[in-house]
Amino acid sequence: MTAILSTRHLTTGYRQGHNETVVTDDINVDMHAGKVTCLLGANGAGKSTLLRTLASQQSPLSGSVIIAGHDLDRMSRTELARLISVVHTSDTNAGALTVEEVTALGRQPYTGFFGRLSAEDRDIVNESIEAVGIAALSSRYMATLSDGERQKVMIARALAQRTPVMMLDEPTSFLDVASRLDVMRLLSRLAKEFSTAILLSTHDVGQALSISDDLWLMRKGAPLASGTKSHIIASGEMDNLFPGRNVRFDPAAMDFR
Amino acid sequence: MTGILIIVAVSAALGCLLTGSVDIPASGVWDSLTGNEVAKESWRVIVTETRVPMVVTSAVAGAALAVAGLLLQTCFNNPLAGPSILGISTGASLGVAVMILALGGIMAEEWGQYLNILAGALAGACAVMVVLLVMSRMVRSATMLLIVGILVGYFASSAIALLNYYSSQEGVYSYAIWGLGSFAGGSLARSGIFAAVTLPIIVLSMLLIKPLNAMLLGERYAESMGVAIQRTRLWLLLSSGTLTAFVTAFCGPIGFLGLIVPHIARIMMRTSHHAVLLPATALAGAATALLCAFIAVAFGEGGSIPINAITPIIGVPIVLYVILNRKKLMYFD
Repeated sequence: MTAILSTRHLTTGYRQGHNETVVTDDINVDMHAGKVTCLLGANGAGKSTLLRTLASQQSPLSGSVIIAGHDLDRMSRTELARLISVVHTSDTNAGALTVEEVTALGRQPYTGFFGRLSAEDRDIVNESIEAVGIAALSSRYMATLSDGERQKVMIARALAQRTPVMMLDEPTSFLDVASRLDVMRLLSRLAKEFSTAILLSTHDVGQALSISDDLWLMRKGAPLASGTKSHIIASGEMDNLFPGRNVRFDPAAMDFR
Repeated sequence: MTGILIIVAVSAALGCLLTGSVDIPASGVWDSLTGNEVAKESWRVIVTETRVPMVVTSAVAGAALAVAGLLLQTCFNNPLAGPSILGISTGASLGVAVMILALGGIMAEEWGQYLNILAGALAGACAVMVVLLVMSRMVRSATMLLIVGILVGYFASSAIALLNYYSSQEGVYSYAIWGLGSFAGGSLARSGIFAAVTLPIIVLSMLLIKPLNAMLLGERYAESMGVAIQRTRLWLLLSSGTLTAFVTAFCGPIGFLGLIVPHIARIMMRTSHHAVLLPATALAGAATALLCAFIAVAFGEGGSIPINAITPIIGVPIVLYVILNRKKLMYFD
């Protein structure tokens, strides 16, 4: 199976003048269509830095990211927006936009100068809203929604971008347990339904494991460990995820304790 | 809602045409406007050279400041951004202060003085914009950039105060008069030029509707949807800066309108979608400024109250309302 996204000797980090601060060194990973990959690691392990680098919102220190056969470096913003969609948790000022309007913003990489939607764009927007299960909310203002509902709208918007890759940076961090499960199951279903390669970082190890196909484990100052879920669990790598902390991975419960 | 704005704008404009230090009957105003025979020649001059310019100047200045405010609020993701907050107005004022005070309160023939003020305002606003742009390359956070703008504003204010301290009484006086702000317009020709340079920029700003909508989700989301953030920010700052500079040059520093009108437009239209909000903001800006101009003349007892004495009276309650109702006014979250 060929990878939709892969990294070659990718080193993430920050550059300030001539000073380079390496966050993670020599990352070689793949993402595949229709698969959910979970990125796990303690706070400060470099998960967000990696996600930003993969989405080209931050430059790598060295190495490359190949997406759909092209080098990430050589792509325009618009080309990139047709390949990678992003969901994260940050404040927006979109309270006075409707669910439909926010979802329609996902069509921006395809619309013309004035952002007018074609009939096809409208169909895709409606289809995305329905796929996420928020059709009943479509004319509601964002400000009137719960946090869980809002996050689903952001996912519908990412889906409307019709990208082969979707990246989510802790999409469930401010949600209650019910909404967390809801979003996780939704992502698992969308990956299959739209053959999207989904990468998400999260602290919900239990829930993430239940839906993921592949795992990437990050530890500060250590190489990234990647592989299929069963392979990683069997290798005992999970126990290294929180070094020096009093937690162990329990394979029977599929969670830390 | 647009209907209400149009009614307010038109009635305030009519009010401005019919009110003034000289009583002119409605028929006299009508005859002057349509070019018919007018009972008194002085009426025609007053209507065409004083009242019409004031209507044109207020409407255009109001629309320009409001649009500048909206562009800045979306650009900085901050409901309290505006041309006066970001130091752009103060920068323009500093430019004018240099022209009036440092160059000795030039009392040359009117057009010369006028071009000097215009050049000073543009140079001052541009200087602040350059600082904001350079800083925007270094600080990615919009909030930090807003703080930079506020600091630049303070810096320009103290430069103005120093200039005032060291200049002639005559210069201080003419700067103070200019600083009161006025929509008087001067003459038909002057207000015509003002409209001719300002309106195209308002129209051009409509070209930014698509990236503006994306920016409502924040810069990271906008970037992921294909928006070139740096370039969009450059255009937003350039258009709002130029609009502010033109208004400041022609009318003096007018506070508050740029900050409050976008909120009035959002509350009335119940949307942040810029395809609706941007034209509505321009219209609401024109309506609000015309209303201020009418109040200035109607209660001026033969003269005209300085505009900057009226805008805060309308503006402060609205800003307080916006701050106190952040939760209820949904466009904030």
